[in-house]
Amino acid sequence: MPMRRSHVQTTLNGEEIDFLCEPRQSLLEVLRDELGLTGTKEGCNNGNCGACSVILNGRVTNACCVLGVEAEGASVVTIEGVAEGDRLHPLQQAFLEEAALQCGVCTPGFIVAAKALLDAEPNPDEGRVRHWLAGNLCRCTGYDKIVRAVLKASDAQEVTA
Amino acid sequence: MTSIADRSTPKSGYQVVGSRPIRHDGVDKVTGRARYGADVRLPGVLHGKILRSPHGHARIVSIDVSKALALPEVKAVVTSADVPIVKDTLIDFGETMGNARLLAENCLARDKALYRGHAVAAVAAANPHVAEEALALIEVEYEPLPVVLNALDAMREDAPLLHEAMTTRSIAERWTRGDDTGVHSNVASRLRFSRGDLDEGFAAADVVVEREFTTSTVHQGYIEPHTSTASWAPDGHVTIWTSTQGAFGIRGQAAAILGVPEGRVTVIPMEIGGGFGAKTYVHVDPVAALLSRASGQPVQVTMSRTEVFEASGPTSATTIRARIGATNEGVITAAQLWMAYEAGAFPGSPVGAGAMTALAPYDIEHLLVDGYDVVVNKPKVGAYRAPGSPQAAFAVESVIDEIAEAIGMERMEFRLRNATREGDRMPSGMAFPSIGCVEVEEAIVNHPHYSAPIEGPNRGRGVAMGFWFNGGNQSSATVAVNADGTIALVTGSVDIGGMRAALAMQAAETLGLRAEDVQPSVGDTDSVGWTGVTGGSRTAFSTGIAVITAAEDVKLQMTQRAAILLEAEPDDVTFADGAFSAGGGKSISWKEVAGQQLRTGGPISASASSNPTRVGPAFAGNIVDVEVDPETGKVDILRFTVIQDAGTAIHPSYVEGQMQGGAVQGIGWALNEEYVWREDGSMANASFLDYRMPTSLDLPMIDTQIVEVPNPGHPYGIRGVGEVPIVPPMAAIANAVHDATGVRMTHLPMSPANVLEALGAVPPEG
Repeated sequence: MPMRRSHVQTTLNGEEIDFLCEPRQSLLEVLRDELGLTGTKEGCNNGNCGACSVILNGRVTNACCVLGVEAEGASVVTIEGVAEGDRLHPLQQAFLEEAALQCGVCTPGFIVAAKALLDAEPNPDEGRVRHWLAGNLCRCTGYDKIVRAVLKASDAQEVTA
Repeated sequence: MTSIADRSTPKSGYQVVGSRPIRHDGVDKVTGRARYGADVRLPGVLHGKILRSPHGHARIVSIDVSKALALPEVKAVVTSADVPIVKDTLIDFGETMGNARLLAENCLARDKALYRGHAVAAVAAANPHVAEEALALIEVEYEPLPVVLNALDAMREDAPLLHEAMTTRSIAERWTRGDDTGVHSNVASRLRFSRGDLDEGFAAADVVVEREFTTSTVHQGYIEPHTSTASWAPDGHVTIWTSTQGAFGIRGQAAAILGVPEGRVTVIPMEIGGGFGAKTYVHVDPVAALLSRASGQPVQVTMSRTEVFEASGPTSATTIRARIGATNEGVITAAQLWMAYEAGAFPGSPVGAGAMTALAPYDIEHLLVDGYDVVVNKPKVGAYRAPGSPQAAFAVESVIDEIAEAIGMERMEFRLRNATREGDRMPSGMAFPSIGCVEVEEAIVNHPHYSAPIEGPNRGRGVAMGFWFNGGNQSSATVAVNADGTIALVTGSVDIGGMRAALAMQAAETLGLRAEDVQPSVGDTDSVGWTGVTGGSRTAFSTGIAVITAAEDVKLQMTQRAAILLEAEPDDVTFADGAFSAGGGKSISWKEVAGQQLRTGGPISASASSNPTRVGPAFAGNIVDVEVDPETGKVDILRFTVIQDAGTAIHPSYVEGQMQGGAVQGIGWALNEEYVWREDGSMANASFLDYRMPTSLDLPMIDTQIVEVPNPGHPYGIRGVGEVPIVPPMAAIANAVHDATGVRMTHLPMSPANVLEALGAVPPEG
């Protein structure tokens, strides 16, 4: 049976919005099915692959493991909120230049997770990047070019700052 | 603004080939705009969920769907009774031929459930949670049957038969169905390659090494689950939006299963989140279509991760016996392989490809290869990157190392002494065209990694070679000239890892344009000619030839228009540096001619198709350093180098990406990945947490060296690059573990428990 829907107010990619959702719907389902933001991907629906990474109140979170109603009063950043208008985030630019994506389905999760890292630690070394991104699975690249892209974006941010 | 500017240098002699432009679909894919299969949103769409067999092998006595159908929210329920196809029908799958009836029975079980997770029924409802709940209301009566879970058990005469009517076919080579032997068994087919006199060959050997190797069922592990959205219109036209490596293959399969003429099915390939061979066959597409027909609404079916593990198409577990002999001078005199590959629940393992590739790096006078395709109660295997070759290379390259050690010859010197060259015969008997086996092996020897000191206890270094014949297959492309001089390029080739860029670059090279002047797109089955799968390492090569052919046609038309504008004879017009020139200093730019096309004879476009015969096979080699923890059995990869012949690397970054990605899938296969089976045929580790693929933390950087021995069968020399890098890692790592510990690993994965057991640190289980 369809359930009674809850009213949720939240901040999504910097904008205050509200939505209705069933209490059993995950934040991932809400983003994709209720709000039409399909950039956040489902790879496993149990928190193992990181394809649905979002930044929830400043922390990288698997959107599949959070209920939509838990977004009440929270701040959520998705891949759609990473670029500023037509200006790509340094991570997005670095992923393109370093060819750090192949099929691209894990890419939004990696960029969101890496953004949370660089927001907190602007100058991570390779080991730190590998440790931070261990919750995001990529099956195409072998991670080499992803790690290089994150390190490059970290350098680029430094130059811009 | 992000421009798609090319900031790199092309290969010598080329304007575009060898440079590294930003891929055309890149911005969409780093911003979340790109639309993958599960991102399709249609008005009135329902969600379909699939009920799957809890048994590894069972007769389906009855299915009662009445309670599920009685739920007002449930719009449709389907079972195999709704599948029209009942007769054997041979159809072209795109890469090979197959029986559409068996394919249909894999999508929805008919009389028997042949593996745990085999689809039995499906439900559609507006709310996915309701659809899921409704599955519990379907009542299925099963009569459980004995389960057989590995090839050797399945080959026994008293083994339970999966398909009572199936008889063994005897085949001499790949692609033929072979003669029916009339013998009822789980062996779907057997094949044999034979050359020379085996006894004579082994008699001439000073050293003979014989070992048995076993590998486990492993999964491709693409991050995007299978998904399909289908809309069956009242006029009988079926439209399918899906995640596939080949829209035309899906169209052919779906049409045959659904009993609809091919022309009444449109398949729209969405962006694809990885496939590695597995997304070439239908799983959920026909189910979504049948639910749509029954409900009158579009229906989306997306697998869960557990369903992907239990019910898509992983690759074969194998048992391979390898016996190879050589003289003390380092000449291989004879080789014998006995290979049993599990097909899963329906015939069709890659044992033929394993047999064709296993001994390919070596020129051997006397050989005998026997292969068996065996059905077991596991999901039907699909293609996985160089299907069949990695398991075979694990066996052969381990034995090759062991022989080199036994005769006291340096391991690469031994390989080079026996290396296969142009004109030598493959195990299947065909002659090798131009190949880069020797070049790759020499590059290994000359690589700094190969001679770098390796220090510290429990550390070792391994090498191995790998071969893949690469595919050709047919493709179609259309090139159209825009008024601003840019090009629209449509092909039927899905873009899994930079294919738009690789094809646009070939068009640009042919037309004297920049990569960013070409707008490449992927056509659906109504908008471009028939095109095979993006798979078989064939697309940059074969679709590339279609693109170049169409572009040459466009260049000819542009030259003729330029001649009109220059008031010259077409034969007197030349094209260079973006301009057409005739005698007397007359010149006009490409862009101006493009702008005048409607006034000089009409729109300029050309379509072409490819049917290449001169495929360039590929060799790859690995150098790997490992450290083995004697207390835990864990193997760490310290350093990894991939060396591969790419023919000509069109976009080197994406060639490197294929090399790195293939190597890391091989590392996972070598060290951790396996289906852990319970006795009842269920999988104990059907999640990404427990099916342990490599993470960024498990790996070092993966170094690459591209060797370029151009393929004379392609205008720019391309060889396929996608598959061969997964072939050598398992053997290279096993050889490194041996170097580190003195212990030879003959079973995959070399997981901590298995390594500890081999080291003698713990007694074997059970």
